[in-house]
Amino acid sequence: MAELKAGSTTGSRRARPLSPHLQVYKLMLTFVMSGFHRISGAVLYFGMLLIAWWLIAAASGPNAYANFEWFMGSLIGRLVLFGYTWALLHHLLGGIRHLIWDTIHGFEPAERELLVLATLVGSISLTLIVWVVGYLAMGGPR
Amino acid sequence: MKEPQMRTPMRHVRGLGAAHTGTRDFWHQRVTSVAGIPLCIALVIIVVGLLGRSHAAVVQILGSPIVAIIMLLFIINTVYHMWIGMQEIIIDYVHEDKLKLATLLGNTFFCFTIGFASAFAILKLSFGV
Repeated sequence: MAELKAGSTTGSRRARPLSPHLQVYKLMLTFVMSGFHRISGAVLYFGMLLIAWWLIAAASGPNAYANFEWFMGSLIGRLVLFGYTWALLHHLLGGIRHLIWDTIHGFEPAERELLVLATLVGSISLTLIVWVVGYLAMGGPR
Repeated sequence: MKEPQMRTPMRHVRGLGAAHTGTRDFWHQRVTSVAGIPLCIALVIIVVGLLGRSHAAVVQILGSPIVAIIMLLFIINTVYHMWIGMQEIIIDYVHEDKLKLATLLGNTFFCFTIGFASAFAILKLSFGV
C-alpha cells in the first residue's frame, strides 16, 4: 500500500480509505482485556505441552514421572505452573464473560467495566486460592 | 481495464471467510467453551488432588474410570478449542499465503499430536499395559 498516496485520484487505483485500526482507540480496560484473552489462549495452547508431558510421564513410569516432578519442583517449573494456572483461570473467566456478551447482555458502560474487572480480580484471587489449597494439600511449601 | 470489484465475491457471500471454513468454527468454539467450563474446573481439582502423591498413587487415580473419562473429555475438548483459536489468530495476523498455509498445517499437526499423545497416555494408565 506504500505506493498509494492517500487522496490520489491520478493512479489506476485510487487509495481507498482504511478502516481505523488498534492505534486510534483509547487504551481502555475492555480493549486491553480483549487482547489479554487472546494472549492467555495462546499461552494455554503451548501450555498443553505440560499436560501432555505430565500424562505421558505418568504413563511411562516412575523415572519419567520423577523427571517431570523435578522440573515442576524447580523455581522455573513453579513459575511456569503459576503462569499456567493464572492463564487457565483467566481464560476461563474471560470466556464466561464473552459467552455473556454473546447473549447480547452486559454491554452498558458500567456493566462491561464491571465484567472486565470481575474477570481480572476473579482470576487473580482464584489463582492464589488454588495455590494456597495446593500447598496445603502438599503439607506446606517445600 | 478491469473495473474495481464492487460486489462481494460469491465465495465470500457463501460464508467461507479467510480460513475457508465459514461460521462452523465460530459456533464450535462456543460449544467447546461451554463444555470447557466444567472440564477446566475438574482439571484443577484433579491436579490439586494429585499434588505430592507418589507415582503409583497418581497412576491409580488417573487411570480410574471417572478421572480418566474426565481427562479424555478435557483433552478432546481442549484440543479442538485450541485448534480453532490458533487458526483464528493465524488468519488474523498471517496474510502471506505460503506462510499462512504452513502455520495452519503446523497448528493442525500440533493439536493432533498433543491430543493423541495425551489420550494414549490416559488409555495406557487406564488399561495398565
